[in-house]
Amino acid sequence: MAAIKFINISFAYGDKKILENFSLDVEDSQIMCLLGPSGCGKTTLMRCLLGLNKPSTGEIYVGDRCVFSREKRINIPPERRGIGVVFQDYAVWPHMTVLENVCYPMKKHGLSRDEIDSKARYALEQVRMSDYAPYLPSQLSGGQQQRVAIARALVSSDEVIVMDEPITNLDAKLREEMLIEIRQIQKNIGTTILYITHDQEASLQLCDKMAIMDSEGKLTQIGTDEDIILRPASRFVFEFIGVSNFFRLSRINDTWCFHDNNSITYTDSVPDKYNSRVDMGVRPNDIIFDDSSSVRGVVKRSVFLGSEYNMFIDFDGQEVRVQRSTFDDGVGSVKEGSEVGLKFLNPVFYNAKEA
Amino acid sequence: MFKRKSNSDLAAMEGRKFGLDGIMTALSFVLLFIIVVIPIFMIIYNAFFYQGKFDLTLFTSVIFDKENLKAMGNTIIIAVAVTIFGTIMGLFYAWLLGRSDIPAKGFMRALFTIPYMFPPFFGAMAWDLLFSGRAGYINRWLMSTFHLRTPPVNINSLGGIIFVECSYYFPFVFMQVVSALERMDPTLEESARIAGARQSQVIWKITLPLVKPAISAGALLILISSLAHFGVPSILGFSKNIFTLPTMIYALINKSGGSFEGIRQGTALSILLVAVVAVALVIQKKVLSSGSYDIIKGKSMRPTLIKLRGAKYPLLFLACLTLLVIVVVPLVMIFLVALVKAYGLPLVWKNFSLSNYQKVFASPATMDSIWNSLFLSVTAGVVCMFLGVMIAYVINRIKPRGRNVLEILSILPYSIPGTVLAIGVILAWSGAIFKITLYNTIWIILVAYMARYLSFSMKSASASLQQVNSSLEEASRACGATHTESLRDITLPLIKPAMVSGFFLIFLPAMRELTTSILLYGPYSRTLGVQIFALRDAGMIPQAAALASVAIVIIIVCNSIVTWITKDRKGA
Repeated sequence: MAAIKFINISFAYGDKKILENFSLDVEDSQIMCLLGPSGCGKTTLMRCLLGLNKPSTGEIYVGDRCVFSREKRINIPPERRGIGVVFQDYAVWPHMTVLENVCYPMKKHGLSRDEIDSKARYALEQVRMSDYAPYLPSQLSGGQQQRVAIARALVSSDEVIVMDEPITNLDAKLREEMLIEIRQIQKNIGTTILYITHDQEASLQLCDKMAIMDSEGKLTQIGTDEDIILRPASRFVFEFIGVSNFFRLSRINDTWCFHDNNSITYTDSVPDKYNSRVDMGVRPNDIIFDDSSSVRGVVKRSVFLGSEYNMFIDFDGQEVRVQRSTFDDGVGSVKEGSEVGLKFLNPVFYNAKEA
Repeated sequence: MFKRKSNSDLAAMEGRKFGLDGIMTALSFVLLFIIVVIPIFMIIYNAFFYQGKFDLTLFTSVIFDKENLKAMGNTIIIAVAVTIFGTIMGLFYAWLLGRSDIPAKGFMRALFTIPYMFPPFFGAMAWDLLFSGRAGYINRWLMSTFHLRTPPVNINSLGGIIFVECSYYFPFVFMQVVSALERMDPTLEESARIAGARQSQVIWKITLPLVKPAISAGALLILISSLAHFGVPSILGFSKNIFTLPTMIYALINKSGGSFEGIRQGTALSILLVAVVAVALVIQKKVLSSGSYDIIKGKSMRPTLIKLRGAKYPLLFLACLTLLVIVVVPLVMIFLVALVKAYGLPLVWKNFSLSNYQKVFASPATMDSIWNSLFLSVTAGVVCMFLGVMIAYVINRIKPRGRNVLEILSILPYSIPGTVLAIGVILAWSGAIFKITLYNTIWIILVAYMARYLSFSMKSASASLQQVNSSLEEASRACGATHTESLRDITLPLIKPAMVSGFFLIFLPAMRELTTSILLYGPYSRTLGVQIFALRDAGMIPQAAALASVAIVIIIVCNSIVTWITKDRKGA
């Protein structure tokens, strides 16, 4: 149970800067998801925290203990940082049994045999692997190895656990189960978890708070899942966190038009601070059909997904994705090839991207 | 929450951290510098500098010497011929065993790899016993049966050398191609059949081009091995004054009784040999980088076998005959001659006795040679096993600046002919390094073996380390194990099988080594190979055969142990 603090961390592989003056606070006893596209530096940050990478600037605190500081010349080796870790490829030691894997960290920390015994049993119970204690990892499935890795992380530290994409290698059903389990275990024990992923679905299910990194390794937004989805701080967050449609609006003779084409006008309001061109983002489920709208499109394709329809609509040459619930009025009558009027709810506006 | 180790958390502050990684990196560089760089440097220096001055006279006089040029011609003729015939032979049998429905495949495959186990000079000895001029057993029999005046076959000729080398080097191509054929996706061939190609067209247009990289890799291995080969041409060629570059170097140094002048001439000649090998290496690099196909997969698949129909039994007969000639006959011959009371007596029961073995085991020099070889092979094996792991770890995990240099340095000695390496080692350890003189002691042979075989264990450990994800070690660091503990508890146990096989990869060839030891041995440091060579040279042919048969038994026993160990690992 400890907070994690990154202050002004910079790291580079050779000339390639990965992180620059990166700061992030992870509060005590919560699950923080660090979410970002592949290659943005999430894993690098985790390795800095573990002591496997040495940052060129900054400080890292675990609780009130400084584990790294450039200025104070502190660099505690990984084995004395007291951080549990679950790697993407599990890193369960193949030459040790499940029990040996789980006991190893406690042996290294010099716990008594009784303590090791009871803690190992408890950890294996937590991940529901007690029956598999004498098995070798090669006899286990991917999901089971994953649980061993989590149990091992649990006994290495009850302060902080870092998980790097721990469920990417599992199938969809198991992934969901594992997320629920991780959440449950965290509630039981109260460990701080830093969960690193590029999968926004997983992070939405799991976390208390999300921190979003962009592809340059900058932190763009920290907040609860609602914050991030309803109030994205930037265009990057908006695009990264789900499917999005973008429309280029330009102001011609005091009216906002689509695609520099003054025959298709946008009649709703645009914030005053934009005056010539603006990009408008709309989620697929924020587009509704409205026959009175002057914005017309033709349904190219409609995919029935049970509870909803996924539609691809050709609007003046641009493909627009629309998602409508099966139970919405009139949705069933919209067929491929029919013309529809579009209305945009909850639009967000960003400075026009230079082409 | 945990009992933390008592030393301060600040212990690992910067500046004080010259940890395990740093030590291993530095050690790797220093060792490779001493073992590899200095000998190579010494050869180049001594070939072109005399008494501190740049001097080409020796070099040019050696190069334009008629005898030496002839030796170079012989070397190239033999190597090219062995490469061509060995490749054709290897290819044919690889196809026969890999793609046809010939019976008894497993058995034949095991036998075809036997030449790989034994040193070619044993084979040369056996063939020499059968076909050397008027004394060879078969020549004598043919002459008396058919009343010939001249011996019908002369093994002491370029042709004889080519034949014996071929029979020992074709497995290079055979093994490469068999494994490529096994890993090839059979649907590639099947779709060609479906597209309307005949069986023969499929072989020429699909199969052959796909295994081309494997063929060229094997063929160049033959070429380079044959260029540097010492044993066969020395045994078959010396009596008829047929020299190749490696045997010429040996003869020069031997003639001068190990004096510095002889070594200098040998040095100049080695530059010539290195140049020839270097050309082959450049060709190898070109060829290997040009044609590689991704179609050959790691997975083993069951290809459709080609039905030989009527040709089945004739081809089986041919394969068995080949095996009989290249594998069984030489081995049997060595054991028979080892039993005969005196060389030249007919091979019949009443002439057999165990007296040669008695003499072998009673001779202190011979027993010494067995112990020397065992000591050298075990020591070189163990030392190289650990050094190889360390260097592989540095290259694969620590990745310091200059790790490419490290990798090249550890693999380089393998491409250098053994004869040349031996001269480099002599020059380096006759007082050039810290005034240490190892010449005429067993240690100089050990140093040479280490340089020669380090790449074997390094490659084996490297391949294994690449299989062991670095996150395993990182996980143990995060779990509270120090760097040393992680190495001991996680990494080393996981690459143990590779270490064991690395040991045997060195132990086995070191046990039968001749090429470098023949230039390095001193009065008390004969090796097994040297002693067999010397006994034969002194005319004690039955004793040489007896000792060779002992060596064969040792090799077979060790090989069985290796197979047993590797099998056990698969079962676990």
